[in-house]
Amino acid sequence: MRSRTTRTFWLFVGPFAVGLLLFTYLPIAWSSYLSFFDARNTVTPTEFVGLGNYVDILTDRAFLDSIGTFTVFAAFIVPTTVVLSLVLALLVNRIRVARAFFRSVFFLPFACSYVVASLVWKMSLFSGVDSGVANTVLGWFGADPQAWVGTVDPPLYWVVLVTARLWLQLGFYMILFIAALQRIPTHLYEAAWIDGASPGWQTFRHITLPGLRGALVAVLTLNLINAYQAFDEFYNILGDSRGYPPFARPPLVYLYYTSLGSGGQDLGRGSAGAVVLALVIALVTLLSGRVLRRPT
Amino acid sequence: MMRLLRWLALIPATVLFLVPFVALGVQAWPALGDVFSYKEIPFARSLVNSTVVAVLQTVGQVVLCSLAGYGLARIPYRHAPKVLYAVVATLMVPTAVTFVPSFVVVSSLGWLSDLRGLVVPGLFSAVNVFLFRQYFLDFPVPLEEAGRLDGLSRWGVYWRVVVPNSTGFVAAIAVIDFIGSWNQFLWPLVIAQDSSTWTVQVALSSLLTAQNPRTTLLFAAATVSILPIVGVFTLLQRYLVRGVAETGLTGQ
Repeated sequence: MRSRTTRTFWLFVGPFAVGLLLFTYLPIAWSSYLSFFDARNTVTPTEFVGLGNYVDILTDRAFLDSIGTFTVFAAFIVPTTVVLSLVLALLVNRIRVARAFFRSVFFLPFACSYVVASLVWKMSLFSGVDSGVANTVLGWFGADPQAWVGTVDPPLYWVVLVTARLWLQLGFYMILFIAALQRIPTHLYEAAWIDGASPGWQTFRHITLPGLRGALVAVLTLNLINAYQAFDEFYNILGDSRGYPPFARPPLVYLYYTSLGSGGQDLGRGSAGAVVLALVIALVTLLSGRVLRRPT
Repeated sequence: MMRLLRWLALIPATVLFLVPFVALGVQAWPALGDVFSYKEIPFARSLVNSTVVAVLQTVGQVVLCSLAGYGLARIPYRHAPKVLYAVVATLMVPTAVTFVPSFVVVSSLGWLSDLRGLVVPGLFSAVNVFLFRQYFLDFPVPLEEAGRLDGLSRWGVYWRVVVPNSTGFVAAIAVIDFIGSWNQFLWPLVIAQDSSTWTVQVALSSLLTAQNPRTTLLFAAATVSILPIVGVFTLLQRYLVRGVAETGLTGQ
C-alpha cells in the first residue's frame, strides 16, 4: 500500500521534480562551484582560485556602482509604485460607471513587452528631436527641448527609464490591490460608519489600510526583487551598437557582459557576481520585511 | 466633491496610459504593409519562433506544474512535505540571478541556439506548482470520491474529474504563462545566438540597438508583435485578472 502511494506520488510530481533538479538546483550548485575556479571560456575548469573571483568582483568599481545605483533605484521606484498603484486601485474600485473600462486601460500595458515599451519611449515619447512627444509638450510651456537619453548631464535618462517601468508595472500591482480591497468585509465599513468614523481619511486609515497589509507586503516584496533584476528596458533604451554605457548599469547587465559578452566569457566571475547579487536581494528583502512587520 | 476629484484624477491618468499606444500606432501605420519586407532580420521567422516557444511553454508549464501541484496537495506520501519544501525554497532564489548558471547547464547540453534551450528550462515554475497546490487543497473532496467509487484510479480521477472542473483556474494560469513567455527577453537573448532562433523580442531589440534603425518600419514590426497579446488580453482578461490576483496571494 505504501509503495503504491509512493509510486502514484512520483507519477504526478516526478516529471516536475526532475526538471527542477536539472534546471534550478543543478545550475545553482554548478555555478557556486564555478565561482571558486578560474572559469574563463570553460564550464569545466581545473584551476581552483579560492575566493579570488569574489575578491575581484567586490573590488570592481563597476559592479559596486551598479549595486549602489540599483539600491537607490529600488528605494525610489518601490515606494512610488506602491503609492501610485494603490491610488489607481482605490480610484477604480470606487467609481460606479465604466469601471471595467478604466481597469482595462491601466492594466493594458501589462500585455506590452519591455522591448516594445523601450522602443516607444526611446524613439517616440522621449526622442531627442524637437518633434518628440515630451519635447512638444515642453514646447507648449515654453521650455527648451531636451536630449533625454542622448546626454549624461543632466541625467534625464532616469526620467525615461522610470516612467517606462511605472507604465509597464502599475496595472499589475493595481489588480493585486483591487483583489485585496474586495476581500475587506463590507460590514467593517458599516460598523465604522455607525461608530461615526468619517468616510474619508479615518476609514481609510483604520479599516482599508490594515485590511491591505498582506497585499502591501506582497507588492513591496515582489517589486523590490524585480527592481534589482531590471534588465530589459535598460539594455534596450541605453544600449546601442557600441554596447552599454558606463552609467546606470543594472547588475544583470554587468553579469551579462561579464559572463556572456563577446570580450571573453568569465563564468567564474559571473557566477561569483550572481551569488553576491542573490545575497544582496535576500538581505534587502529580509530587512524590508523586518521594517514592515514592526507594529504601527 | 470627492467624486469630482476622482474624475479629475482618472481622466488625465487614462490619457497618460493610452498615449504610448497611440504613439506606437500612429508611427506604425504608414509601414504596416511592409513589415515582412525586412532584410536585416528574419522577422516572420521570429514571429513563428515566438509562437512555438510561447505555446509549448504554456502547455508544458500547465501540464507539469498542475500534476505536481495536485500530487503535493492530495497524495499522502510521507515525504511530500519535504518535497514541497524543496519546491518552495527555490522561490527565494530570484529567477534572473540563475541565468548565468542556467546558461552553463544549457550550453553543456548543446542546446544553445536551439528550440529546446529556449523552451525546456522555463517549464519548471515553482510559483505555478505552489499556486496549483493551493488551488487543489480547496478542491471538493466528494467530487473526487465519486470518481473513485466509479472505479477510476488517482490518475483517472485527475484527468476525468479534477481537470474538467478546474478549467477557469487552468485558464488563469495559462494566460499569465503565455504573456510572460511571449514577452520574455533576457533568456532568449542569451540562448538564441543564431538569428534563425531569435524570438520576436530579440529581433526587435537587435533593430532598436542597431545604428540608424528605420523608425517607421520598426514601429510597424513592434505593433505586429503586440497584436497577439493584445488579442489574448482582450478576450481572456477575466482569467488574467484572476491569475494576477492569485499570484499576489502567494506573497502573503
